[in-house]
Amino acid sequence: MDLFEYQGKELFQRHGIPLIEREVVTSASEAREAAGRLGPVAVKVQVQVGGRGKGGGIVLAKTPEEAENAARKMFEEGFKDMPVTRVLLERLVDIRHELYTAITLDRSEKRYVAMTSSEGGIDIEEVAEKTPEAIRKAAIDPLLGMKQFHVTRLVGGFPQESREGAAKLLGQLYEVLLANDATLVEVNPLAVLADGRVVPLDAKVTVDDNALFRHPEIAEYQKEFHVDPTEARAKEKGLQYVKLDGEVGIIGNGAGLVMSTLDVVAQAGGSAANFLDVGGGASADLMATSLEVILSDPAVRSVLVNIFGGITRCDLVARGILEALQRIDATVPIVVRLDGTNAEEGRKILADAKHERIVPAATMLEAAKQAVDLGKAAPSERSV
Amino acid sequence: MAILLDRDTKVLVQGITGKEGAFHTLRNRSYGTNVVAGVTPGKGGQDVEGIPVFDSVKEAADATGADASLTFVPARFAADAILEAADAGLGLIVCITEGIPVLDMARVYNYLRGKDHVLVGPNCPGLISPGKANLGIIPFEICAEGSVGLVSRSGTLTYQIVNELTQRGIGQSTCVGIGGDPIIGTGFVDVLARFQEDPETEAIVLIGEIGGSDEETAAEFIRQNVTKPVVAYVAGFTAPPGKRMGHAGAIITGSKGTAQAKAEAFEAVGVRVGENPTEVAELVQATVS
Repeated sequence: MDLFEYQGKELFQRHGIPLIEREVVTSASEAREAAGRLGPVAVKVQVQVGGRGKGGGIVLAKTPEEAENAARKMFEEGFKDMPVTRVLLERLVDIRHELYTAITLDRSEKRYVAMTSSEGGIDIEEVAEKTPEAIRKAAIDPLLGMKQFHVTRLVGGFPQESREGAAKLLGQLYEVLLANDATLVEVNPLAVLADGRVVPLDAKVTVDDNALFRHPEIAEYQKEFHVDPTEARAKEKGLQYVKLDGEVGIIGNGAGLVMSTLDVVAQAGGSAANFLDVGGGASADLMATSLEVILSDPAVRSVLVNIFGGITRCDLVARGILEALQRIDATVPIVVRLDGTNAEEGRKILADAKHERIVPAATMLEAAKQAVDLGKAAPSERSV
Repeated sequence: MAILLDRDTKVLVQGITGKEGAFHTLRNRSYGTNVVAGVTPGKGGQDVEGIPVFDSVKEAADATGADASLTFVPARFAADAILEAADAGLGLIVCITEGIPVLDMARVYNYLRGKDHVLVGPNCPGLISPGKANLGIIPFEICAEGSVGLVSRSGTLTYQIVNELTQRGIGQSTCVGIGGDPIIGTGFVDVLARFQEDPETEAIVLIGEIGGSDEETAAEFIRQNVTKPVVAYVAGFTAPPGKRMGHAGAIITGSKGTAQAKAEAFEAVGVRVGENPTEVAELVQATVS
């Protein structure tokens, strides 16, 4: 779960990290009032993607009116096609240096890695590519923790006057990572102010979804994220659903098989309308909900159900499809491919039902081809 | 031979009294797996269809001589369950559990680093040596005994490809589902090394997917160490790019994690890459016949 900047900074604050005075607002008028209290500010859109600086998501405002106008534009226009519900206002400060630091999980080495660079504030990936020596790294064994020698080495490239403050801050960022089950804590830029203080100007924190059960206060942050209503409905039922741009609705079990199904549909000349993983043990009710979710997308012109039963039983999947078709009026063909546990029973249940929308397919490739071809032949609701 | 698992492996099941645990324990036993004990704290003295249940792994291992563990323990307790199995000296630990916090796994992995235990998973379907034993939830009905070794990050996609192989009369020596979590015990490289050494394995199938850089690492390992033919599959060519926060991940891996990059890494070292599961099976067929 990627936190908004202001949420990340709340975590920072709890661990004693110094921050610049700031306020979070939910409307343009609040922005005006906050700027009245803070003075000249940076108006920062709160979104779960990077690239704010280049994309117009950070605007400097000298007066409350300018802050109000900048915030209004963000709330009204959104950012990178996402609605905006929160804007952070932060007092403008006199910056002497812009540094970079991050601690993250290195999944290939299975350790944490802490990184610093004195070339913060700009495109750090470009720095890493062109001048890798400008980035200092320290691998940290989770059983040993971050030690003083790691920190000394990490801050060794920073301006002399900032090293003490940066060293303390690195220790605190490591605590943020551990205490909150974060897999990423990144600060870019990390500012050295004219008065010598070292303060984070940004905060990118990713918290492990699997650990939210022990961080109820962080789980609460999710309520502020924009979620597509269809995706929210799917998630409620434990389905992994992602809306895509194509016209073939996809249902499968297991992320790998669903990804593979998307690829095969593309190879057959079509494109997927969604990614939907019903997970293990797909019950009749889950199948019914899955079909409802997919058919609620007007762009869908055919559906491909691709199930390989392991724990999942294909007879239950077949019953679920029929149950769904009693609850909803499907206007598009539904190509069904069942294999694995109880596949024969499942195929028989569908054959016996003789439903006009259901098209059985013997293999995954055949199913993909049929779903694409039938979709192209079907009338599009969009063109009506 | 096969790798990691055979008829003689003595298995205990952690979380045997749970619904999933009991169901798959009995399925595994029906396949011929030598299940000797179960463990559920507080339920020592009971039995599951004749399999004795103990309160701790140590007691179970001491009483039965078990040398492998299969774990269905719920996510919030699973990291401890793995450590308990290691502490009791079990050589093979297979963790099926999904949803273990990744920092827990980071500690577990580093505790096991350099020790002799082999951890498979978590969040994996386990492994099967067809005709010998099954340790996990892979539907054994689709497997056949043979000489193709298979290693995969994905569950159902493994079943799909195993099924396509079996339908063509191509059996498997061992199929290992290593799991898709960010931190897993045994990786592609460990399993590839074992298949390379295994006299019963003649060809290898590797199934990867988008994300991380394990496939690229595997490709480099194959170039240097694997002489047996390898066929690969990578899922996720058309998967939407994930929204990404921060740059630290890209800086440390130097990899974009795309299916295209992974397929190219394999092809560059002479590994043939199937466009879809069916083509993977066809490539294997052309290789072994």
